[in-house]
Amino acid sequence: MTTATTSASAAVRTYRDYDRPLWQRIVLTRESAIVGLLVIVAVVATLTVRGFSQPITLTYLLLDVMPILLIALPMTLIMITGEIDLSVASIVGLSSVTTGVLTQAGVPFEAAAVIALVVGAACGAINGFLVTVVGLPSLAVTIGTLALFRGLAVGLLGTTAITDFPEFWTDLAKARVGGSNIPVVLFLFLALLVVFVVLLHFTPFGRGIYAIGLSKAAAHFSGVHVERTKLILFVLSGVISALAGIFYTLRFGSARGDNATGLELQVIAAVVLGGVSVFGGRGAIPGVIAGVLLIGVLASALRLANVTSDVINIITGALLVLSVVANSFLAWLRMRRRAPGGTPRVEASTAG
Amino acid sequence: MFQHKRRAGALTALAVGVALVASGCAVDSGTDGGDGGGSGDSGNLAITFLPKNLGNPYFDTSSAGAQEAIDEFSGTFAEVGPAEATPDAQVSYINTLTQQGVGAIAVSANDPEAICDALNEARDAGVKVVTFDSDTNPDCRDLFINQATSEGIAKIQVDLIAEQIGGAGEIAILSASANATNQNAWIELMEEELAASHPDITLVETVYGDDDDQTSFDKTAALLQTHPNLKGIISPTTVGIAAAARYLSTSEYKGTVALTGLGTPNQMREYVEDGTVTAFALWNPADLGYLASYAAKALIEGEITGEEGDTFDAGKLGEYEVGADATVLLGDPYVFDADNIGDFDF
Repeated sequence: MTTATTSASAAVRTYRDYDRPLWQRIVLTRESAIVGLLVIVAVVATLTVRGFSQPITLTYLLLDVMPILLIALPMTLIMITGEIDLSVASIVGLSSVTTGVLTQAGVPFEAAAVIALVVGAACGAINGFLVTVVGLPSLAVTIGTLALFRGLAVGLLGTTAITDFPEFWTDLAKARVGGSNIPVVLFLFLALLVVFVVLLHFTPFGRGIYAIGLSKAAAHFSGVHVERTKLILFVLSGVISALAGIFYTLRFGSARGDNATGLELQVIAAVVLGGVSVFGGRGAIPGVIAGVLLIGVLASALRLANVTSDVINIITGALLVLSVVANSFLAWLRMRRRAPGGTPRVEASTAG
Repeated sequence: MFQHKRRAGALTALAVGVALVASGCAVDSGTDGGDGGGSGDSGNLAITFLPKNLGNPYFDTSSAGAQEAIDEFSGTFAEVGPAEATPDAQVSYINTLTQQGVGAIAVSANDPEAICDALNEARDAGVKVVTFDSDTNPDCRDLFINQATSEGIAKIQVDLIAEQIGGAGEIAILSASANATNQNAWIELMEEELAASHPDITLVETVYGDDDDQTSFDKTAALLQTHPNLKGIISPTTVGIAAAARYLSTSEYKGTVALTGLGTPNQMREYVEDGTVTAFALWNPADLGYLASYAAKALIEGEITGEEGDTFDAGKLGEYEVGADATVLLGDPYVFDADNIGDFDF
């Protein structure tokens, strides 16, 4: 951390000294809380829910949340800049269909998968172009491309499914390491996790992401390439979503236009639960991972306890609302405590 | 420095959390393995139904039949399922049932291939798998309970129309789309059946309503204009028969032109009650759930394995035999008429 500080520009250092302690305190409190909650839920589930404490639970749980874990990484970065990408699940569907249609047409699976990744990157570039060059709000842009990419996916393949994929790859998507219950695909995620943690938390590019979220203008004047950063993040989001789409296709052995419908909401829910502010500028990857795992553990335990899917949705939704409310409440408390002596902080009030 | 420690603390807590989830599983596996292993017992009559989706009256009816059967042999009935009919959502539920170590899963597959691996994992863990209503590939289930054969569906519709028009005259077919595989197979079999058993009935035209309510409605009107001597219409699709009934019920042809085909009781109720339609066919989902439950019981108790020729008792429905491809046929389609339509809600 110290080396990172010294290597930062003077402008960024000033901004960090001025603002970082506040959001860092908020984030850390929140992260600890979410990790604590995850531990409590996991322990309670292990002790009380019959069937949860089997090794196979770990496999199913990780495979279930894998697409969310993957997409949550770029989503975290995008949301810290104050933007959002609602089209991720549609990119999952489009990459699934692309892989399927090409494989069926005789293209080797590996080549089809690479093309699907390129398609994902192109989808991300379209989002990024409309947000940065044309200057439209990402919420509006990605609601549009959510429908557009899903429409393309369903249009390409109709309501049918392509199910013929090389067994090597479908087996690999579900394979476990040796005799353990750890899915092989976890290592793909861990590799990406390292990349994203380093990118966000240990590079000037990452500090630029926070700076953009706190104040776009300030970031710009401190030398952060605001538009370029956002464009890169949207492309990254497209590529990772396509990767998740390929995994999804292989895990279920089925390429369908409606694959992963609604997944974007689960991703955003997990990211927000993990402490990323929808207003930008706040959040960190460890909290997001805990948020994804918390939703996953909760859903798995509730299903095992024969709770119906509607009730599971109600519980996870309520948890999300509570966490956002709790967060705002904490920020408000902090504001009140500061108000008497110090100067009022406009930035914090808008972010809270 | 203070903040560094807190960040490290959060990361440590995360690591501990993940480790707890992981090790919690490993540590307890010994004790709980017993429960999971119970799935292999011949006496585990916990049978869970996994329909395509929940809140669907058709599957509510099949589950009611299943509940009745399972109560008869004192097993444990449960129903789980996704809110939306997608295969990936079904996979999560199949995995859950594997973890729970139920005796059998009775599933209506949202995709013949996508849920296969999950079902085979369940079977490896000792769970019996019965598909009903909608099958998977035969190598990922122990038994498929087939609601009706194409021959049975074709024959019942021809029999119904022959009876309703007095065995002679012009009829037409209102189908779904021109390239619907199942519809075309039924129409071909109906033509064969007409030629073989009802030489006095002439099939004058087959039209396609594309399973669209308005198109089917318009095509019905056109049929009656084109063929003034038309005595009956067969619509082997639930959308088509309801639209045709709606047209007939408000036209001069009500009660004079017969209409039959495949429909659901809730869609057809008012037209049966107002005399537009005398009788139509479908299978009885309650019987389907009932039979699937007894088949699951027979599999769990080792009475059958899914071999062709195996027989088992299915309570009030009598004795059933396993056919080719580990398939059990429920029987002839069920005929709904004014006397029994009040008993159904789907």
